[in-house]
Amino acid sequence: MRQLSDNALARLRNGSALPDLGGTRYSLIEKVARGGMGVVYAVKDEHLQRRVAMKVLEAPGFESDLAERLMREARVLARLEHPGIVPVHDVGTLADGRVFYTMKFVEGQRLDEYIESLTSTPDRLRIFLRICDPVAFAHARGVLHRDLKPGNVMVGPFGEILVVDWGLAKILEEALPTEPMGPDASTLHSRAYCADGMMVSATTGHGSVMGTPGYMSPEQERGEIELLDARSDIFSLGVLLRYLLSDRPPVRSSRRLDHALAAICRKACAPARERRYAAMQELTADVSRYLDGLAVAAHQESIWDRLARFYRRYRFFVLLIAAYLLVRVILLLVIKH
Amino acid sequence: MNKILLGLLLGAVLGAIDGSTAWFTPAVRAQMAGIIVGSTIKGLIAGVAAGIFARTVNSVSLGILFGLAVGFVLAFLVAYMQHGYYLEIVLPGSIVGMIVGYATQKYGVASAAAR
Repeated sequence: MRQLSDNALARLRNGSALPDLGGTRYSLIEKVARGGMGVVYAVKDEHLQRRVAMKVLEAPGFESDLAERLMREARVLARLEHPGIVPVHDVGTLADGRVFYTMKFVEGQRLDEYIESLTSTPDRLRIFLRICDPVAFAHARGVLHRDLKPGNVMVGPFGEILVVDWGLAKILEEALPTEPMGPDASTLHSRAYCADGMMVSATTGHGSVMGTPGYMSPEQERGEIELLDARSDIFSLGVLLRYLLSDRPPVRSSRRLDHALAAICRKACAPARERRYAAMQELTADVSRYLDGLAVAAHQESIWDRLARFYRRYRFFVLLIAAYLLVRVILLLVIKH
Repeated sequence: MNKILLGLLLGAVLGAIDGSTAWFTPAVRAQMAGIIVGSTIKGLIAGVAAGIFARTVNSVSLGILFGLAVGFVLAFLVAYMQHGYYLEIVLPGSIVGMIVGYATQKYGVASAAAR
């Protein structure tokens, strides 16, 4: 009997791991990434002659929990048509029995790589607001992301922001897709919360802990799935904001932030969800107010904070007036002598 | 408030304040009223000019430069007519021009054509 070399065995193993795209409109280009649920390949759509990304389960089996989860992720993405969310093109089962879906091939950098090129706090806050847009849209559609972190935000070559990996997404309410998206967050919030209890067993299921430590809300960490609502994603976004502002993962972050920004982070990341922002609109409004040099709702200002904010907002104006007064004083002193 | 009105009001107020600082120069205290009126008119003209400029050119740095130039020229003319006090009149007058130039660029409503 002839023995195979290690290299030959590795090649065989890799070959068997590759998805069987026979009978589909796709041809394999390369493996792009591996996630908890499956592998993402770059494939070519032969009909449309374009490159797309294909997420495929690692193991065959349409009935498995993972297959159901992948299908659900595809369905969640399909209901979220937003420029900040990767669009799904196709879904199905390969000849080898593996469930797959295809989506737009995203070229760009992960947020944690991209922010190294952003030095100013306002630029980072503006990026944060653009991350909030698709999340707010998803909440309005009754979907929680549940795994928001820098690694799940992509920045495209033209600066477009995409929130990716909706594999842990939770659907709060099934009846939302046909409804127009409205800005009334409180209504959506309460409706989603009411529907939550009914949907847990059908969608998320077993109360197991899923997410990324450090970015998960306390209730998510405790596996209290029935309690999850928009405020759980708001917690993750608060951690992400802190990360964006301090350049470090949340647990190691020690950089002192501006009082108002620190208060926004604190409120978003409050351990008790009742003390967090109730809806995405409240969080984004506070960040926008900070960017505009206005008082933020999360922070009770002292007189010094107010003066500092006034100075930041009208810095050049204040400096010009100060220059004028200085010139006047100097001239007076010169005249006296 | 539109930019020209803003420039006019701010220029007049700053001009009046600028003129009233002449009180600290005992030699000219007797002509305070004339100085304040003259300085107010100077600030008013600078403010209107800066406002008109801000309506057509949308640039803070150019606005400041324009305000500086107008403030300098007007203050120089006043000092020239006074036959003296160049430093005391020209330096603060130029800064008032800069302030008005900056304010008209940053604040006030631009006309539809400029937008």
